[in-house]
Amino acid sequence: MHLVLFLIFAAFCLAGAINLLLQTHPINSALSLIVVMSSLAVLYLLLGAEFLAAAQIIVYAGAVMVLFTFVVMLLNVGEEEKTHGSQVAKVIGFPAVVVILGVISTIVLEAQKHLGGVSLSDGVTTTQDLSRVLFHELLLPFELTSVLILIAILGAVALARKEGHS
Amino acid sequence: MNTALQSVPDIYRILPEVILTLTGVWIMLMDAAMKPSKSRRSLGWVGAFGVTAALYASLGQLSMPAGTAFFGTVQTDAFSVFFHVLICGIVLVALLLSLDTLPANQHHRGEYFALMVFGAVGMCLLTSAVELLVVFIALEISSISTYVLAGYRKNTGKGPEAAIKYFLLGSFATGFLLYGVAMIFGATGTTQINDIAALIPVAKSPSLVLIAFALLMVGILFKVSAAPFHVWTPDVYEGAPSPVVALMSTAPKAAAFALLIRLVYGGFPTLKPMWLPLLWAVAVLSMTVGNLAALRQENVKRMLAYSSIAHAGYLLAAFAGAGTSGIAAAAFYTAAYSAMNVGIFAVITVASGYDEKLPLIGDFRGLIHRAPLLGGLMLFFLISLIGIPFTGGFFGKFFSFTTASQGGAIWLPLIGLLNSGLAAAYYLKLVVSVAQAPSSNAPVAPKPQIGVAVGTALAFATIATLVLGIAPGQVLGAAKASAQTFATTISSIK
Repeated sequence: MHLVLFLIFAAFCLAGAINLLLQTHPINSALSLIVVMSSLAVLYLLLGAEFLAAAQIIVYAGAVMVLFTFVVMLLNVGEEEKTHGSQVAKVIGFPAVVVILGVISTIVLEAQKHLGGVSLSDGVTTTQDLSRVLFHELLLPFELTSVLILIAILGAVALARKEGHS
Repeated sequence: MNTALQSVPDIYRILPEVILTLTGVWIMLMDAAMKPSKSRRSLGWVGAFGVTAALYASLGQLSMPAGTAFFGTVQTDAFSVFFHVLICGIVLVALLLSLDTLPANQHHRGEYFALMVFGAVGMCLLTSAVELLVVFIALEISSISTYVLAGYRKNTGKGPEAAIKYFLLGSFATGFLLYGVAMIFGATGTTQINDIAALIPVAKSPSLVLIAFALLMVGILFKVSAAPFHVWTPDVYEGAPSPVVALMSTAPKAAAFALLIRLVYGGFPTLKPMWLPLLWAVAVLSMTVGNLAALRQENVKRMLAYSSIAHAGYLLAAFAGAGTSGIAAAAFYTAAYSAMNVGIFAVITVASGYDEKLPLIGDFRGLIHRAPLLGGLMLFFLISLIGIPFTGGFFGKFFSFTTASQGGAIWLPLIGLLNSGLAAAYYLKLVVSVAQAPSSNAPVAPKPQIGVAVGTALAFATIATLVLGIAPGQVLGAAKASAQTFATTISSIK
């Protein structure tokens, strides 16, 4: 049952991601991203991360994506223009991608034998466990993220505001 | 952990970062409270004051025993203090430099100063982080602030281009780093740099460790702009404002080198047979590609961008040294490179202004006749970049190359020396241009003004370069002491 669910939503997730790249209209890409986000939430749930799954739906698939689509619609962004791209990217880039993908997947598949997998189960990681990690072992990175977000906001303001007149 | 380590309150271990964060927040709040028409100059001084305080706080960390804080996520030791002081010094000079040169009608001066100070938080933290998650966040803090600062000249075509290029490529590189972090967690079950070394020999899948290490390397070598991950450098340096280039060509690189040292010597010393040839290859490639490309440049900032790629190569040569000697040489080189590179970009900022009236090498013709002090300083920093004795550049190269040859790589210094000869050619092009008599028909450019802040910045960079060249003993001593941090990890492996 878990495996079937996993396969279905993993397929959804991949299809959404590929579609996201292939679509030329931003709104289609944004909608595909919603598919990716929601299927990821199901995958998290299958791994027992119930809080993460809920947060994924509410924050990413919900709030963030609504904002995305709103902005895309408000700005009335048109169809994406395709450039021919550089020749170097075609000649070196694509074979390199294939090679790297091959190397990584062989190693991961080979490592799987030794490492064992995560079992898809009904067990859940409670919010309590999560907060213990977040406010204990990983307290510093958690707090640092606020500085990171502050910088991102500051940068967005500095870059978006008009120059010159006050 | 013994009781002596526990006795230091955690907050002291991140005191410089806390001071910098508070300074940044304070600048933002003051900026919002000030009238729009009021000059933001005072905010720059606030920033400079905060960075100086952080510098002293880092020096204070020397008196406490080395150890970790916040559940083993940060570690202060002689090594982290060395780089903290270096980074705070660079940011201080960059702030002073910006104080006089940013145009007064710029309406983002407050944000500019705040971004510089916040960026310093990330860079400082990068040198003391021993948990890969903290490394990732610190790297992002330092990167995002530089992405934004690179695009500060919005009215030029090159500014936004630089920012977007840097942002896209930089995020891509960070993706590699993050992938590496995930894989190292998969292979060893930890993201603590200090624990990785002990867990690698018992890792169930050695090849997973290797690929994780390779991915981490991609992310870090991008940040230090070593070849073949250097392509962004010339475009970004050309488009970014000169005072920002003074910062971004040195401070984030120093932080990334610190991370590289901590990672390879602290986390992956067992893999030395693997990473050593890799770093050699990158060193040789960076030197050669950087210098060959610099020869063909007419734009001063592009030329210096390629020269900074070459300098990353000279620095990486030091890693060939045996034991901890390579760390000391690399740390010293970072300091010497930072001093002279900040210096030359400070001169360029003053001579050519925020909106860059003198982009080409030919434009600097006769600078020494127009402004003897400025021209003289430019010659001094160029001499240091070439690596002529009595400057920091000479000792940097000297220590790096001798360490490499003592480590058994004789041909590496040879290639380095050949490259230095090649590099002299393009530095001399600029030297000749600066020293030449001004052409009679050229329009007379206004004499550059040196204010108090810029004067202090230039003085700091000059004194640092000079001291590193004449009396390098103390800094070298500090570098060697910092290298001792990794002595136990390295010796425990053998």
